[in-house]
Amino acid sequence: MELIANLGLGLSTAITPLNLLYCLGGVFLGTLIGVLPGLGPTATIAMLLPITFVLPPVSALIMLAGIYYGSQYGGSTTSILVNLPGEAASVVTTLDGYQMARKGRAGVALATAAIGSFFAGTVATLLLALFAPPLAEVALKFGPADYFSLMVLGLVASIVLAQGSLLHAIGMVLLGLLLGLVGTDVMSGAQRFTFEIPELADGIGFVVVAMGMFGLAEIIRNLEEEGERSVVIAKITNLMPTKEDWKRIIGPILRGTLIGSAVGILPGSGSILGAFAAYSIEKKISKNSAEFGKGAIEGVAAPESANNAGAQTSFIPMLTLGIPSNPVMALMIGAMIIQGIQPGPSVIKEQPALFWGIIVSMWIGNLFLIILNLPLIGLWVRLIMVPYQLLYPAILVFCSIGVFSLNNREFDIYLMGLFGLLGYVFSKLGCEPAPMLLAFILGPLMEKYLRRAMLISRGDPMVFITRPISATLLLLAVLAMCAVLIPAFHKTRQEALRE
Amino acid sequence: MSIKSPKDFWTGLIYVAFGLSAILIARDYGLGTAFKMGPAYFPALLGGLLGLVGMISIARSFLKPGTPIGRFALKGLLLVVGSTLVFGVIVRGAGLVIAIPVLVMISAYASIHFRWLPSLALGIGLAIFCILVFLKGLGVPLPVLGPWFGG
Repeated sequence: MELIANLGLGLSTAITPLNLLYCLGGVFLGTLIGVLPGLGPTATIAMLLPITFVLPPVSALIMLAGIYYGSQYGGSTTSILVNLPGEAASVVTTLDGYQMARKGRAGVALATAAIGSFFAGTVATLLLALFAPPLAEVALKFGPADYFSLMVLGLVASIVLAQGSLLHAIGMVLLGLLLGLVGTDVMSGAQRFTFEIPELADGIGFVVVAMGMFGLAEIIRNLEEEGERSVVIAKITNLMPTKEDWKRIIGPILRGTLIGSAVGILPGSGSILGAFAAYSIEKKISKNSAEFGKGAIEGVAAPESANNAGAQTSFIPMLTLGIPSNPVMALMIGAMIIQGIQPGPSVIKEQPALFWGIIVSMWIGNLFLIILNLPLIGLWVRLIMVPYQLLYPAILVFCSIGVFSLNNREFDIYLMGLFGLLGYVFSKLGCEPAPMLLAFILGPLMEKYLRRAMLISRGDPMVFITRPISATLLLLAVLAMCAVLIPAFHKTRQEALRE
Repeated sequence: MSIKSPKDFWTGLIYVAFGLSAILIARDYGLGTAFKMGPAYFPALLGGLLGLVGMISIARSFLKPGTPIGRFALKGLLLVVGSTLVFGVIVRGAGLVIAIPVLVMISAYASIHFRWLPSLALGIGLAIFCILVFLKGLGVPLPVLGPWFGG
């Protein structure tokens, strides 16, 4: 069995003391930022990126991955105990998790979240191991036109899944693509949109944009709501679910894992949408549906399994195609490029130790997480009490020094401030930043593949519909767009994406 | 005619501004043809589409009612963005030991729970931590104490 040999190689990579340490460090940090409301994985990974430059590539990626899926675990703790989502994907968990806590069942809710997450993480990691290699084989056959269409599909998906106005999401994507083009044009050497500022010749760094729009803008937004924040933490008593609880959570965990895994692969969604979908489906089919919103254990099990499964499977497009499905994956791609690895379908073949090492480390990380989360819950509870007025200045310090250290210049700090301003204005106008950041990363790639495809076809745009792969991808994009315009779906989308 | 949806109107205006400037600036870069695209081809295409989306949004703002834009938290915005800019300006001259507490104090002032002593302590603690991690550990070329203070 090739799979077993590969997993063996992965195990031998992941289990070295150094990599185990970085895996543990990653999931620890991930849990930490997941628990702390107002600090998400995008801003954290952006902050930590400069630190990973000094690490070997495998260790760096193992740690960054750990931060991402660890944050999905940590987010549930805050949702259940204080009714604040520690992380965006945990919004749904507040509905029933906090109600369970109010009924004195906080411990059981936490245990359910942890068990569901662990099961989902294990299954999704296995799916990743099974499906990534064949998908990469297919991807090797991709031509420039196919890549272009794939990115179109990714952007359309991120538009469809964005909150708020569809039109504005389209605008955000176009704006992101444009901003991505700032700098030297690789094909002609022309300086574009640089305003004769030498620092802009290499383009705008995506870490700068991510920190500005996700770090700074988020802080300003949180400060607005500061007065409304009141932290009353529910007491934790008994952790173990009863026999009756077990019976009730098995189904939701299985379904949540499946839904989360499937949705996680979609570009632009990450883990949030899976959690919403899993919750609404459970609510519809459960025989305890009247209890939903009042502390139904199914309402914790399903979304928590789904968001963790989604966090793992969102690595599939990144590792097989080199295309990010969300801002966190874009940062991971950035980390790979800095480490001298060209992301794409050949990574699995050329860097088997890296690929399989990351996969095995994910499972080990999930094991660490269940150990970190249940016995150490007291520590995390104390962390929730850290007042925000002490937390956000620290985030600003790390963002500023981190962004400076990318190129050792102050210019990037100023640019980060500018994107913070832009991000805040757009959030006031109800425009979500995630599609823009995704487009920002894809901008130069899309242009490259568009130009190549047109060169090969001698300027004939029909190439995008005559190639079967490209045609299929574009058709999917068109279908996704049309689906949103159907009134019934439109209504569901509004409901599902409402915070 | 009056604006019924300020969010649509202002977002549209921003999109039009970005779209038009992209087209205007890209004019000098050389458009090329669909076969051999010049450096201006893709930006001009995107700029045109963005301008179009912006104009639709503006048009819609006069027709369809929308939610009002919430109040801008100017104090938070100015202090948070301002503190990072000030940090950038003084960090080389003053050094981290000054610049970090300054950044912390300015930004912390934005909070309604601001108190001098805890923030100052945080600033000093963070300065020590960052000097150890970023300067000693990762070798970021920034001074502990800058030339302005004889460092």
